[in-house]
Amino acid sequence: MNELIQINPSSLTGKKYWRSLDHLADTPQFREWVAREFQDGANEMMGGSRRTLLKLMAAGFGLAGLTACRRPVEQILPHAKGVEGLVHGRPVHYATVVQVGGAATGLIVESNEGRPTKVEGNPKHPYSLGATNAHQQALVLDLYDPDRAKEVQKGGVKSSWSEFGAWWQEASGKLGDGAGLRVLAERSSSPTLAAVKAEIAKKYPKSVWVEYDSVNFDQALEGAKLAFGQPLAAEYQYDKADVVVALDNDFLGLDAQTVLPVKKFSARRRVEEGRAMSRLYVAEANFTITGGMADHRLRARVSDIGALALALAKELNVRGAELKVLGGSSSSKDATWIAAVAKELAASKGKSIVAAGPRQPAAVHAVVALINQALGNTGQTVSYQKPVVEATDSLAGVKQLAADLNSGAVKALFVLGGNPVYTLPADVDLAAAMKKAEASVVLAADENESWAAAPAWRLPEAHPFEAWGDARGLDGSASVQQPLIQPLYGGRSALEVAAQIAGLESAKGYELVKKTWASQWGAESDKKWKTALFEGVIEGTQSAAVDAKADAGKALATAQAALKPAAAGIEVAFYPSSNTWDGRQANNAWLLEAPDPMTKLVWDNAALLSPATARELGVAQGDVLSIEAGGKEIKVPAMVLPGHADRSISLSLGFGRAACGRVGQGVGHRVEGLRTTAAFYFAAANVKKTGAQYQLVTTQEHHTLVEPITGLKRNDIVMEQTFAEFSKAGHGTEGHAEEHGEGHGQSLDLFAGWDYSKGYQWGLSIDLNACIGCNACMVACTAENNIPVVGKDQVRRGREMHWIRLDRYFTGSEEDPQAVMQPMACQQCEKAPCESVCPVAATSHSPEGLNDMVYNRCVGTRYCMNNCPYKVRRFNFLEWNKNVPEVKKMVFNPDVSVRMRGVMEKCNYCLQRIEEKRTLAKSEGRRQIKDLEILTACQQVCPADAIVFGNINDPESRVAKLKKQPRDYTVVEELNTKPRTTYLARLRNPNPELA
Amino acid sequence: MADLAIDPRTELNPPLVTGGATYSSVTDQISAITEGKPPKQWYVVMGVAIPLAMMLFGCLAYLVANGIGVWGNNSPVGWGWDITNFVWWIGIGHAGTLISAILFLFRQKWRTSINRAAEAMTLFAVACAGIYPLFHTGRPWRAIYWLFPMPNELLTMWQNFRSPLMWDVFAVSTYATVSALFWFVGLVPDLATLRDRATNPVRKTIFGILSLGWRGSASQWRHYELAYLILAGLSTPLVLSVHSIVSFDFATSLMPGWHTTIFPPYFVAGAVFSGFAMVVTLMTLARWVYGLENLITIKHLENMCKVMLATGTIVGFAYGTEFFIAWYSANQYERFIFLNRAFGPYAWAYWTMISCNVIAPQFFWFKKFRTSIPAMFTLSIFINIGMWFERFVIIATSLHRDFLPSSWGYFQPTWVDIGTFVGTMGLFLTLFLLFLRFLPAIAISEVKGVLHHQINTEKGVAH
Repeated sequence: MNELIQINPSSLTGKKYWRSLDHLADTPQFREWVAREFQDGANEMMGGSRRTLLKLMAAGFGLAGLTACRRPVEQILPHAKGVEGLVHGRPVHYATVVQVGGAATGLIVESNEGRPTKVEGNPKHPYSLGATNAHQQALVLDLYDPDRAKEVQKGGVKSSWSEFGAWWQEASGKLGDGAGLRVLAERSSSPTLAAVKAEIAKKYPKSVWVEYDSVNFDQALEGAKLAFGQPLAAEYQYDKADVVVALDNDFLGLDAQTVLPVKKFSARRRVEEGRAMSRLYVAEANFTITGGMADHRLRARVSDIGALALALAKELNVRGAELKVLGGSSSSKDATWIAAVAKELAASKGKSIVAAGPRQPAAVHAVVALINQALGNTGQTVSYQKPVVEATDSLAGVKQLAADLNSGAVKALFVLGGNPVYTLPADVDLAAAMKKAEASVVLAADENESWAAAPAWRLPEAHPFEAWGDARGLDGSASVQQPLIQPLYGGRSALEVAAQIAGLESAKGYELVKKTWASQWGAESDKKWKTALFEGVIEGTQSAAVDAKADAGKALATAQAALKPAAAGIEVAFYPSSNTWDGRQANNAWLLEAPDPMTKLVWDNAALLSPATARELGVAQGDVLSIEAGGKEIKVPAMVLPGHADRSISLSLGFGRAACGRVGQGVGHRVEGLRTTAAFYFAAANVKKTGAQYQLVTTQEHHTLVEPITGLKRNDIVMEQTFAEFSKAGHGTEGHAEEHGEGHGQSLDLFAGWDYSKGYQWGLSIDLNACIGCNACMVACTAENNIPVVGKDQVRRGREMHWIRLDRYFTGSEEDPQAVMQPMACQQCEKAPCESVCPVAATSHSPEGLNDMVYNRCVGTRYCMNNCPYKVRRFNFLEWNKNVPEVKKMVFNPDVSVRMRGVMEKCNYCLQRIEEKRTLAKSEGRRQIKDLEILTACQQVCPADAIVFGNINDPESRVAKLKKQPRDYTVVEELNTKPRTTYLARLRNPNPELA
Repeated sequence: MADLAIDPRTELNPPLVTGGATYSSVTDQISAITEGKPPKQWYVVMGVAIPLAMMLFGCLAYLVANGIGVWGNNSPVGWGWDITNFVWWIGIGHAGTLISAILFLFRQKWRTSINRAAEAMTLFAVACAGIYPLFHTGRPWRAIYWLFPMPNELLTMWQNFRSPLMWDVFAVSTYATVSALFWFVGLVPDLATLRDRATNPVRKTIFGILSLGWRGSASQWRHYELAYLILAGLSTPLVLSVHSIVSFDFATSLMPGWHTTIFPPYFVAGAVFSGFAMVVTLMTLARWVYGLENLITIKHLENMCKVMLATGTIVGFAYGTEFFIAWYSANQYERFIFLNRAFGPYAWAYWTMISCNVIAPQFFWFKKFRTSIPAMFTLSIFINIGMWFERFVIIATSLHRDFLPSSWGYFQPTWVDIGTFVGTMGLFLTLFLLFLRFLPAIAISEVKGVLHHQINTEKGVAH
């Protein structure tokens, strides 16, 4: 306004209200503005013609119609709970499948509001039966790893999938017959991938597809080929065997591709079912958890196993077998052992198993197959199947690949998943060779060594929970891999990239997989597809057992000729890692913090050696060793492991990743650098001390149950008995109970008891005879209960947070001890020492007998922790959940609160699961929760079915029945804490001849 | 030198105040300390004490900001230096109460020169001790009000009265309150003296308010004496109860090495032992700084050495009894925990404790050591160290190897642990020096009481 504002002289009397300063000043512009009905611009439209109006309206309708053009719908189906009844806040479960080395395990993944949060085994899948291993439990954390590969890169610069597609369109045109095309992938049993592979082979007949896995099972297939003339995968029915002989075979642990062997084996260890207990003989170098379960364990070097197998064969009088003296290990002690084993095997024909591990050369597998055949086990306890993966010589394959690359013959190299630059043996330098290819493309899950080495294209790989696929179990039974979430970082699966290589019309995983199965199903395709997704396993896809018969004489002669003499001096052998497997889960904090079952080492690997070898080399724990083999040298700290074979060093793969996320960077020591294609599984080595020191951190020292200073054994922590004594007396630990418990008359309690005459009273039973100590429960508990990870330094300070831990005790001599595992979580004492000492009543008894932990009330005096005889309470010494990356927060279980610092926490029998089922029972109008309806996280995952939870008020419940078993006992019973968790005593089943 | 003129009673009861002190000289000497400028040594010690006290506050702030993890505490050793320091400081306080209350009831006149300072020491020690139970909790901002039975919205959430820690809260807060009252009541006549001597109006006003209108009339004295006697009577059971209850923190638990019925008397004896050691340490220093040789005589100090000898021997006997009972109980865990103390990873701490607490006081059998200032000062330091280690041994060695060998561990302090502990010493020293500077460190009126008795004795007048 240019004019001066004047007070309107014609104003009326009384209070004056004005709309604006213009109004107040009563300017002409204001008068005009008031007079106009439509303001400026309001009638602009009127200026246009009728045609314009119609044009605009037509365009409007057109745009409205566009919304109908949606992306094609890819439906995934929930496993058990229909989307129909989806209730927010309640999880939905989907069946899917993951594979390791081609062996599938069916899973059921819990999804909370679209976030996969918890992995369970699929009870319907033949290789899960409801259980998983620790690695599979940790898959959800891999999914939300903030350090995953996040973008397509070309020459290190951000690019896109469409640019990559355009590039390949152009590049593939120049390939012709594909002589310059190479693909390096991991072993897979996916039928769809096999079909895509066939397409590639059809389009590029001269292309080469190489498969390589750092941890593989090739030698077993080769061994079968040696024996039977064709590669076959052996399946062992451990539940049918009275005698099991494992030769360098950690079949309960890391030498198994699935948890099925544990399921089967443990069936013969839970003796309350009236079954006789099986007897397990183990000959091994490293002290594995299988060795821990052994009734008789022979310490034998990996390179001596061949001689041992032959000696056993000879003892068994397998036709043509002769004892070749290989190496110097056939001492008289071994001879007695072999004789006793052979005698027992001969007496249990058709009911025994001899099995060799994947480190053993093909010849040993052949000898073992022949032994099983001679014992009549084949067809009874041992069956053979066509392998679900291609039995190619992968080491020769990668060697050839490197040679091709170096010769410059390769135009395009595709690395589809895995991390070959890190995992390949030292004599195959893929990182350098890759640069010689005209273009190399790396599909990687995280920004790993292979990703870093890729000169041309880097592609982010989708997590198994993000992509469609399929896979076969070892018996051929197929499952569809169903995604649970859109790829977080736009990754694609190896299958999809392979389809792109093949130039298929659609490279969408969903369509590819559906097409594969639709072509087999025909008309009923849609229904069957839905069933497949729902069940998690496709019916009728198992392959029949192959009736394998070997010409024993010929095969044995070939095998004997192929057996190399044992290495003189010290050998090194390579084992998968209980933490990272082959390094693929090296950035997974849950796994790194889960202590190795035997060494209890966290956030590290070490050179494991026996006390005698340590003395021989003059090294102590933490001394850095220089290990040299085949001209390569690595430096690894030594760790003395009681029970390890002498003159043998065990090295764990999968550590010391150079390019890894922020969690796994620089954790541990890379031992892959010592592997060569010639000595891939074990090698002769020169070992010496470097003089340097390294700090190894364990959650548990090598304390045995024998006290230092006094030399007395603590008898009321782990109870053991021989099976013979047990079956004779039929009493187990009852004698003990009489001696210490009821025998003293009424126990005196300071505080009045609780009334449990109504409702539930929870209890847990853990069978020490079944528990193998595999860590699955620990990682499952971590996932279920949002348990924080504290890191190596804090574990060193004794601040690990695991609610359930696996106590490992050695018994016997330091050189050749036995081991026993004891899962230890809150015992939920009836007379709880923690409850009475808490000044603010933050831990108090629930009406159902649990020691509830009220986080909000806790002030953190730690008095309860001090007074807990089991030391199972965990204190948040620092704010462990500070700086959790946003994406990692998606892994939290919404049913469990995340605890702040200064607060005590502990196991509460998965209270959230109890409440969930209580609500369910109520909503279904049931009065009682059914027995085994509630599964605690540890119970659900346990492949050995060693943990049983339930209502002990109900005498018919499984847990109540187990607690009536004569083997039932209480840890440190004399304290009168009356725990609700009780244990079933460990039984040993020694051969009287060897005792 | 044998002087036949000496009254045999004097030989048995050497004078409690020497140097021919008179009523006015006592008043002058003690009051002058608070009126004039402090000696150079005072500034030197204060220059050390204040930064240390600042360090305490720094460490506590760091602790609260980050969590207990900045200390060395772990699983299984949930309590480390925190509770060790707490028990140690509480123990130190005990000598003050013992001297002022029990010795008062037993009419031990020699207490007069040292009771005021000893009571102040009690208060400051309890203040230092009180820091730990609060700050050792994971969430002190919650502990500060949840540990007291304050009404909450539903009036249903109570403390757990079964917990010895709860008893501790009441025992220590009662102790602090009664000690403060007792100390203050004792101060009233002396504050009036200071008021009357004051020339500065500010000083006059402050002491005027603090002396609560004390005029020194006979009726005031009568009430005063009665109040003092009642408070002494109230304090006396506290000497026994506070440390008994502190010992319940351990004794009522089920940890081997803690779960022991001997703890209450053993803790009380230990507390008196360490308290007297601290009084000797401080008195020898104060005596030297302020030249109070005539008021705090060798006789006082010698008596305290005798108390240390007695309580030290009780403590030593308790150590032996613990071992005997561990063996006699035939309980494997008990036996192990005691052998582990002596021969396990913490053997160094155990033997430090034995040398300082059992061997060191034995020197006090000899009069030469009981009457030598350097000797008793050195030995008192050893006893202070030994008693700290006693608590550390009880707490750390019992926890670090308990029932399941799988959870065994080891405790190592961090710099924050050390900083906090040394910091509380700084706080204690600061408070004590401020007390010396501003309040009569020796009870003027009480000393005059024994002076009267002594003047008469010296004159040979029967009383």
